[in-house]
Amino acid sequence: MIAVAQARGGARRLQFLRAWSARIGLAVFLFVVGVAFLGPYFAPHSPSAEPGIPFSTPSKAYPLGIDYVGEDVLSRVLFGGRTVIIFGALATLLAYAVGGAIGLLAGYSRTLIDPVLMRAMDVLLAFPPILFLLVVATTPRGQGHVALVSAIAVIHMPSIARIVRTAALETSVRGYVEAAVARGDRTHVILRREILPNIWGPVMADAGPRFTVSILLVAAINFLGLGPSPPTADWALMISENRIGITINPWAVVAPALLIAVLTVSLNVVADAIAHSLGKSLDVETLRR
Amino acid sequence: MGTLATTRARWRRHPLAAYAVRRVAVGAVLLMFVSMLVFGATQVLPGDAASAILGRSATAEQKEIYRKELGLDRPLPTQYWSWISGVVQGDLGKTLASRDPVTSFISVRVGKTLVLALATLLVLLPVALALGVWAGIRRDRAADHVISGISLGFIALPEFVTGTLLIASIAVSLKLLPPTSIIESGQSPLTSPRILVLPVLTLCITAAAYIIRMIRAGVVESMSSDYVQMARLNGVPEWRVVVRHALRNSLAPTVQVLALTVQYLIGGIVIVETVFAYPGLGQGLVQAVIARDIPTVQGVAMLLAAIYVVINILADFVVVLLIPKLRTSQ
Repeated sequence: MIAVAQARGGARRLQFLRAWSARIGLAVFLFVVGVAFLGPYFAPHSPSAEPGIPFSTPSKAYPLGIDYVGEDVLSRVLFGGRTVIIFGALATLLAYAVGGAIGLLAGYSRTLIDPVLMRAMDVLLAFPPILFLLVVATTPRGQGHVALVSAIAVIHMPSIARIVRTAALETSVRGYVEAAVARGDRTHVILRREILPNIWGPVMADAGPRFTVSILLVAAINFLGLGPSPPTADWALMISENRIGITINPWAVVAPALLIAVLTVSLNVVADAIAHSLGKSLDVETLRR
Repeated sequence: MGTLATTRARWRRHPLAAYAVRRVAVGAVLLMFVSMLVFGATQVLPGDAASAILGRSATAEQKEIYRKELGLDRPLPTQYWSWISGVVQGDLGKTLASRDPVTSFISVRVGKTLVLALATLLVLLPVALALGVWAGIRRDRAADHVISGISLGFIALPEFVTGTLLIASIAVSLKLLPPTSIIESGQSPLTSPRILVLPVLTLCITAAAYIIRMIRAGVVESMSSDYVQMARLNGVPEWRVVVRHALRNSLAPTVQVLALTVQYLIGGIVIVETVFAYPGLGQGLVQAVIARDIPTVQGVAMLLAAIYVVINILADFVVVLLIPKLRTSQ
């Protein structure tokens, strides 16, 4: 609780940057995000034009060579980073919005939602996340963006809801909440003005690790060919597309693989530093079952 | 009433048995819910399975035949009931691809996956446990910073990226090992152990980071506890403090870590087998998902979820065996 109070004090919000590893991590993460979002403006060719002979090695015109159907690898790398980041972020936000709302209601109202929430969590914990995503992807409409983002959000939801519930339960018996109830404030006003600001810290402490896990899951699904389909440029998909030519033009595989590695590792370093500065948090290893 | 009271009394005398029975019952109920989720997700969600599988060009008649074949024309509870009663009796239905029983699809592949998983655990556990303990007892020294820093990085690497980079460096550039782990049908992976090296290494990199971080946290906690302080103040030599006091109390968490590692491997193996084209259960599952082979996906998913749940129960049980005070406190 003390750590949370500190974290909300304006200047201390950037406290996590005191560690040099966090500073480097943040710089690298911002660089990769920059490549993903600004890259398309610098791409020398169209990501879906097919100007070259498949798996040609790097040359002046094509610095990273050509991929499996004759597209420019560099241009596809510059176009291919947005999907994982955007869908990872959307899934995490959706999980917090829905999971947070459920937890808030369960904790504040102490209703039947509570046992249902606990059982839902047990059922989801009986499943490796990737297995859940694969089962969803088998369904008739399970291979779209909406299905993927919602399924990843569902994986996070029960545990977010439980954390919010516990925090809301503790807060709802405080004097200032009882005062708000006594003066006749409406429930949604109490939730927004009295409860939410006071549980924000512990709830957000593991947003970073959750974002990392969401990105890992989106990337895994894209790699398996269950995400965007060609000719969409996507780092994870590029790896599986170009694997057969790894002996001829390894850059078509290595370049996107390195970018994903740098993205997730730097994000996790930053997430870990933020989580430490906020106090207690769930680690990636507990989320990544 | 009298018999009920005596049964209760008997349970009280055998708290361990009572605990086991309760845990297994909860596990069974859990698996029932999981089966509903697996079945529900593949059958209830919107969209027409027949047209999704057969494609748009299929005629209405073909789709009708197909729906009959899958039993999609019957009401949902009936479908679920006939599926789940089959599952309980060990009948998982037939694959859509080859019309073979799903159980024989599983039995052909499960051995190869077990070999990969056991080989990984054999390499992984001694190394990761040792590194985790070392980082924990040398907290905030150079060794800890190096081990913790590297594992913080490795834990965030997707398996398919680690695997691909290993293939590119060790198999393609240095030509030391084969880039894929294809096994000819009827052959055992043990006839050419070389193909196992890179998949095992890939799984180890992520899983080791996982174990190291959890073991380190446990050791750090017990090293800063009162009883370790007390032992030190009593003049007990440091190695003895570590072995007799700190590590012994990290034993129970280690069982949990082992269970979590095996559970992680269930998910990790699905990806790694696909990366290396290793013909195990995970690769088969991915192929079934791509082909939308619903009975196969349901069968394999239920099997993996059941293993997951059983491991949880076993781990909890072993922990209760190790820490007697947990037997009665519930």
